[in-house]
Amino acid sequence: MTAISQIQNRLPESGNSRHMAKKEGEKIFGRPKSVKDVGFHFCPGCNHGNVHKMVGEAIDEYGIQDRTIGVAGVGCCVFLYNYLDIDVLEAPHGRACAEATGINRVHPEKIVFTYQGDGDLAAIGLAETVHTANRGENITVIFVNNTVYGMTGGQMAPTTLLGQKTTTSPYGREFMGEGYPIKMAEMIATLEGAAFVARVACDTPKNLMQAKRAVKKAFKMQIDKMGFSFVEILSACPTNWGMDPLKANDRVTNEMIPYFPLGIFKERTTADYV
Amino acid sequence: MAKIMMKGAEAIAEGAIHAGCRHYFGYPITPQNDIPEYLSRELPRIGGSFVQAESEIASINMVLGASAAGARAMTSSSGPGISLKQEGISYLAGSELPGVIAYISRIGPGLGGIAATQGDYKQVTNGGGHGDYYTIALAPSSVQEMFSLTIKAFELSDKYRNPAIVLADAILGQMKEPVEIGPRPSLQELNLPSKPWALTGNSGRESNLIKSLYLGDGEMEVQNWKLFEKYKKMKEEDTYHEELQLDDAKLMIVSFGSCSRMVLSGMEMAREEGLKVGLLRPISIYPFPEKAVAEWSKRIPKVLVIEMNTGQMIKDVKVNVDRAADVFFYGRPGGGLPTPDDVLSEIKKVY
Repeated sequence: MTAISQIQNRLPESGNSRHMAKKEGEKIFGRPKSVKDVGFHFCPGCNHGNVHKMVGEAIDEYGIQDRTIGVAGVGCCVFLYNYLDIDVLEAPHGRACAEATGINRVHPEKIVFTYQGDGDLAAIGLAETVHTANRGENITVIFVNNTVYGMTGGQMAPTTLLGQKTTTSPYGREFMGEGYPIKMAEMIATLEGAAFVARVACDTPKNLMQAKRAVKKAFKMQIDKMGFSFVEILSACPTNWGMDPLKANDRVTNEMIPYFPLGIFKERTTADYV
Repeated sequence: MAKIMMKGAEAIAEGAIHAGCRHYFGYPITPQNDIPEYLSRELPRIGGSFVQAESEIASINMVLGASAAGARAMTSSSGPGISLKQEGISYLAGSELPGVIAYISRIGPGLGGIAATQGDYKQVTNGGGHGDYYTIALAPSSVQEMFSLTIKAFELSDKYRNPAIVLADAILGQMKEPVEIGPRPSLQELNLPSKPWALTGNSGRESNLIKSLYLGDGEMEVQNWKLFEKYKKMKEEDTYHEELQLDDAKLMIVSFGSCSRMVLSGMEMAREEGLKVGLLRPISIYPFPEKAVAEWSKRIPKVLVIEMNTGQMIKDVKVNVDRAADVFFYGRPGGGLPTPDDVLSEIKKVY
């Protein structure tokens, strides 16, 4: 496993103005063009807003807004179309990778990504996710892991940590009977078709910057037709965890990251067809 | 035009190519494997894509994605596989997306058997999945119709932005008959209608969104009435059936698909014996030829429904016949066709 911080060096030069020389008074931070000028409806302390922004920045920085098609999974992810100013398809629960495959086969020259949560991607949509990765489908998956089914009210997810209490694991998840939290990035990295697999987190400014690098790298891999790219983003869900935003953020640092290690699990340097 | 010998399942696959379908997504199941096998060979040759998906659920969702991207796309399957596809079919209808599903029936329920049946009539004509929707459903009775109705299914599916099913069975899928198909038109020659709603990237326009989620108060009611209007229009403009020897008939048989061919042979035998029997064959089973059944049953108040099931289409016949008409039923749900002799003896029972 490689550290995320090493991505930056491997990123080719792009139009990212933040890394160029700044003039005095120049705006260096703001809402990306491909993110709509509307307020997010997400709960306080939720990281969906951060992830939407990272995706929007990656789209802007590569100048691909007019040829990007997003596929929104079911759950809190579904409202992607309220915030990103791009073409969006809403997929049935778990099937986003299948929809993205269909779009990619029709428009191989477009940029196609899915935006999915852990219940959607790692439970009901596991088969679609694994086989899309295995086919080396040239799409990007943005996977927001917050260890619960968020929109439905905080039920146990495949990524729920051992001992974590949810509305359907009221005594805490136990490995006897409920199994262990599933490590998606590690699993996807075992597949030959996967070109780029990373896990990042939203808990600190440093991790947010590294998460942004990984998201950008994933899109770059697709632009370069390297194959399937996958970024798992550890995120907080204060509402369903029953915590205030600061405590929820600490939980990502102290409980999630030790179990779900951050890093690059796979990174191809040449595509299969080369 | 010269005729060539072709298998029914291959005629569906070739019909799809003639309709401009260049994207097929499927999963193996007997007795429809000739369709994916044919298209896996043909589509890559003409710039299309064939994907053998990991499941029936994935394949119908790939159709949904390809259709949302603006392409004519198809999948095919049989009973157990179609049950799995119902999720995607409901989403196609809810998202108002076209998409064609070729359905080569096998006997059910469960794993059942692989022989021909019409036991999936009610699944196909009642939406099949969750929600207040219907799919267009066409039922060929010859290899020629397997070809032509597949093309029709793509046209209607685009016209209404609604999924369309071609419902056949193992007999129609496996038998060979001479068909007229003509040369394959190119996509340029077809000049398919444009789809400004399709997801192609928002270059030079506002962003497009395709969804079936409506959480706002009253939104879903508006959407369901909108779908209802579409189904009403289908009934008015795109209901198809065939009438054979009904003019002087004292008994009207209603039968569709492969079964109607046996009925025709039994009917000829009955005519030779002086029994005036005619056939009304629904070609579109959704929308059902309600008006034709209603009108003809006024003139012929004795109706015999013959199906390869325990009685499914008979419900559509009963709600549409004239109130004075008597409706009789003969069914064979075991995977075998009724013989012409069986049909003749049923005709004699009720004539």
